[in-house]
Amino acid sequence: MVNKDFDIKAFAYFKDGKISLNGSVLYSSSETELPEILKDIYKKLETDYRKFFKMDVLSKVAFLTADMLLKSQNLASEENDIAVILSNNASSLDTDRNHQNTIADKDNYYPSPAVFVYTLANICIGEISIKYKLFSENSFFIFEAFNAQYLHAYANQLLISKKAKSVLCGWVNVDEEKYEAFLYLVNETNEKGNHTIAEINRLYNN
Amino acid sequence: MSDLKEELKGKIIEQLNLEDLTVTEIADDEVLFGDGLGLDSIDALELIVMLDKDYGIKLADPKEGKAIFESVNSMAAYIEANRK
Repeated sequence: MVNKDFDIKAFAYFKDGKISLNGSVLYSSSETELPEILKDIYKKLETDYRKFFKMDVLSKVAFLTADMLLKSQNLASEENDIAVILSNNASSLDTDRNHQNTIADKDNYYPSPAVFVYTLANICIGEISIKYKLFSENSFFIFEAFNAQYLHAYANQLLISKKAKSVLCGWVNVDEEKYEAFLYLVNETNEKGNHTIAEINRLYNN
Repeated sequence: MSDLKEELKGKIIEQLNLEDLTVTEIADDEVLFGDGLGLDSIDALELIVMLDKDYGIKLADPKEGKAIFESVNSMAAYIEANRK
């Protein structure tokens, strides 16, 4: 285990129609259906990005949460040396089901390429990376439950080995109408030194 | 033909999830890929599936797609000539 005190610079949640940054709810939606909630939050974030509408639900949830968090960091417009480590327990199951529906009937067999391309959980990292020009290392892990210990060790290793200056970490899970995102940004600085397993778990469970 | 063009614009918006566009915002001769509507390679595959599913047209040679999918005009002309 690599131990060094880095900083959690910012964190964000998206759950129950509310999206929050560093503990404060920035936007909430009164819509009840998930597709409408996502559209509503997208409009409120004022992110002009046509490709958003083409994404699957997992990517939309990850993208909106990351967009809000990264916007707050005043990043350079060119390459941002930020690695991305995300995780969940449903993988891309929600989109896998959608794809299966397009191929279940032999007499109406029209698999959709636009659905199929999202049948991998790590595609959501690609969507974030394209928008924010992130060219550093990235990985998506499938865990039974949120695994602060693993994310902590991986982020520390990346920062200590100078593979990245910051690491966007977290949990993005979607299964039918259930969704949840918790992302946090770890920086190579050690002003607060609050990148600890206990603090990650505290923020996630808050 | 004009009905078919309007129909195609609606299908393009729906199938390709162009939710920020309306039928009236797509010109008949607007370039669909590249600088025009900005469609990509996955969109091209969706349009090939749409031709098959909705109009019974299978593209025997995918290379034909570049000319067929140039604009709504070219798509409508191809469908009129080949629909089953």
